[in-house]
Amino acid sequence: MTKGTSKSFKDLAIRYGFLCLLAGLVVFFSLFADGFAGPRSAVFVFQSVAITGILALGVTCTLVVDGFDLSIGSVATTALMLSAYVMVVLEQNAFVAVLACLIMGALVGLVNGLLIVKMRVPDLLATLGMMFLLIGLQRIPTEGRSIATGMRLPGGEVAEGTFSASFLWIGRHRFDMVLEDLIPVPVILFLIIGVCVWVFLELSRHGRLMYAIGSNERAAGLAGANINRYKITAYMISGVLASVGGILLAARLGRGDIASGNNLLLDSVAAALIGFAVLGAAKPNAFGTAIGALFVGVLLQGLTMMNSPYYTQDFVKGAVLIVALVFTFALSSRGRKGGH
Amino acid sequence: MTDHACQILSVEKAFGQNKVLRDVSMELPKGEVTVLMGANGAGKSTLVKILCGVQPADAGEIRLFGEIYAPSSPGDAFEAGIVTVHQSINDGVVPDLDVTSNLLLDRLTDSTSGFFMSFKKMHEEARKIAAAMHFEVDVKESVANLGVADRQMIAIARAMASNPKILILDEPTSSLSAVEAERLFELIDHLRNSGVAILYISHRMSDVRRIADRIVSMRDGTISGTFEGTPLDYEGAVTAMLGHSMSEVVLNENKRGSAALELKDIRLSEHGEPINLTAFRGEVLAITGLLGSGKSQLASIIFGQVKPISGEMFLDGKKYLPSTVGNAIDEGVFMCPKDRASNGVIPDFDITGNMTLPFLQEHSRFSILSSRKQKKLAQSMVSTLGIVCRSEADEIGTLSGGNQQKVMVARWLQKPCRVLVLDEPFQGVDIKARRDIGSHVRETGDARATIVFVSELDEALEIADRIVVLYEQGVVGEQTTNDIDLAVMHAQISGQTPAGVVAG
Repeated sequence: MTKGTSKSFKDLAIRYGFLCLLAGLVVFFSLFADGFAGPRSAVFVFQSVAITGILALGVTCTLVVDGFDLSIGSVATTALMLSAYVMVVLEQNAFVAVLACLIMGALVGLVNGLLIVKMRVPDLLATLGMMFLLIGLQRIPTEGRSIATGMRLPGGEVAEGTFSASFLWIGRHRFDMVLEDLIPVPVILFLIIGVCVWVFLELSRHGRLMYAIGSNERAAGLAGANINRYKITAYMISGVLASVGGILLAARLGRGDIASGNNLLLDSVAAALIGFAVLGAAKPNAFGTAIGALFVGVLLQGLTMMNSPYYTQDFVKGAVLIVALVFTFALSSRGRKGGH
Repeated sequence: MTDHACQILSVEKAFGQNKVLRDVSMELPKGEVTVLMGANGAGKSTLVKILCGVQPADAGEIRLFGEIYAPSSPGDAFEAGIVTVHQSINDGVVPDLDVTSNLLLDRLTDSTSGFFMSFKKMHEEARKIAAAMHFEVDVKESVANLGVADRQMIAIARAMASNPKILILDEPTSSLSAVEAERLFELIDHLRNSGVAILYISHRMSDVRRIADRIVSMRDGTISGTFEGTPLDYEGAVTAMLGHSMSEVVLNENKRGSAALELKDIRLSEHGEPINLTAFRGEVLAITGLLGSGKSQLASIIFGQVKPISGEMFLDGKKYLPSTVGNAIDEGVFMCPKDRASNGVIPDFDITGNMTLPFLQEHSRFSILSSRKQKKLAQSMVSTLGIVCRSEADEIGTLSGGNQQKVMVARWLQKPCRVLVLDEPFQGVDIKARRDIGSHVRETGDARATIVFVSELDEALEIADRIVVLYEQGVVGEQTTNDIDLAVMHAQISGQTPAGVVAG
């Protein structure tokens, strides 16, 4: 058995370094940014990362099987437009809208998976193609315009449907907790999905097999794992979670805004990759992904409260990502593994 | 002094608390083949890594032609004239490039050669190198399309072509056929005569007998014996390496039970002879043959990876048509594949995770894994097979090759099955681990049929009750181990007897 004393400082640094950095950041902003410490601000951080976080959890699943999903951002915006179209133009209720989005997400994931598994298209290329296709597809029904009540449709008539109240509830309702109207629905959803994905990947046998596939696909296959099915499942999870993100975005905005969600892909991929560094995992993992998303959220919230301009945000995210990747690949021995 | 190409003096190396090399001193004389023997974990690989600049030594010094040599990178070692062919074949070749580029890889990294490449010249040169090895290959072919043996030959050819002063070969024959191995030995003879010092690491006694001028045995990180002069004391070398002498294995008579797996008229190729074979319960059946004799193909047919051209299989009398690996496992046909690094080991997992992989369903309730159950199984397998590790939670990559192989075999021994197929289970495994695995497989084999695919006849003799020889996709011979005629079997393996004459 391992002895407690045998752990060197470096091991500890790799394991807890990123969490310490996060704690340090929180302390720093609490001291120097007025109003940072407090439940409202904390909830705001969570809210700001909920949608990216959910997408990032999806992309984590594809990373686990050694894949990649570039289409998540466009799946989310497609879900945004689709839900708006279903309610505003087709005048359906919230349930139909949500269902349509989830089915769309699952379908896109299925097609991605089939392209990769059956057609042998490399994952990056297949999902890149899908990303393009969806960005275009979501604009065709409305000829490139955003969707809102009262808009003029291509046929000439006016769209009379509205976003239903119960749909908007998903994005805007806040539950009471200690304070009135504190926790928004997206945050709850983010936490629930986070726990579910974590349980699935870390504790279930399916997750274990997915990690095995990501580590040595041939060996996993020869141990009896149905590789194709697990890979397709990973892309379907990714697609469905991306569509959930899109639904939340639509419910928050209340209109089918064609220009929203541009940053979703990069932000969520960054969160998943930052997650590699958490607890020295050096591999995709759900807990790390959630922490990665929060890390970016805390940093941006704090900097914003200290009046740093909005255009520095991407720079900061990029810097955090690079530091996290150095953590993962240069410092931890697992990152360097591969020799004998 | 001058007749030693390389002297290693009191070299030490530790990984954390684990002392891998303790006060290791040896020399490599010019123009001689020094064979380094040692069980897994004895420190052979670490010594090689220090010599070829992959890792620095913690203490001690190395002298090269009398001068102190402390390489800081593999490039340093190469410049000093130390050329290494590593055990892991894929470390030695770049699969995406063609054979020419692989053979001339060192030329590409040489900064004195020009910016542009002359393909015609390169191909010519590559052909010359290949011809020197009697190695028939299309130099324009991409290495990705070549088999393991060809890749190994490329790695060796490249090492030979770079005019080494010291050549290190780490298990070079582990994926070569007998003919290819002989070609390699001839080249080694040639290099030896031209004064190159050769360090040859192998577990194969047949290699050692053929090639060794001196034998150095290692055990637990120290040199446990150096053997020189003619005749070499092979027994003594093995004893020094293992710490106790290993008697020849005596096969206890196994009881042959009912037929478990029957192959009827299985054809591996269009023109191949139909194969009829029966594997009985309680019996260990070895199938041997040269590379390309159809062994691997037959194994993958039994395990549901590919379909035979024609013919059928019966499992306990019932038709057996596996369409996937998962199918085969469900039917109770398990296979431990060859080449564990690419087909077996999950590098990101620990010992436990690697062991339980195929049977996670049994280790989980409602799909949620039980770590207690898995740990219990792993602990018991670690102790029954004698896997050398700190605990069952060690990363698989920290184990030596033989211990990794034990984990792979343990993976398929954890559950009773109807047919157990072991494809080259002794590849890159030292004698101790080989006998551990062999005896455990025999002890547990009462209730199942065991089929072992091996290319080394020695290994077949050690484990099997009955040996079947394949040659060019057909069965050419079959004998029981206890009254075997080795001369006949050798002839059959090399295809000198027409098929069918000696069958039965």
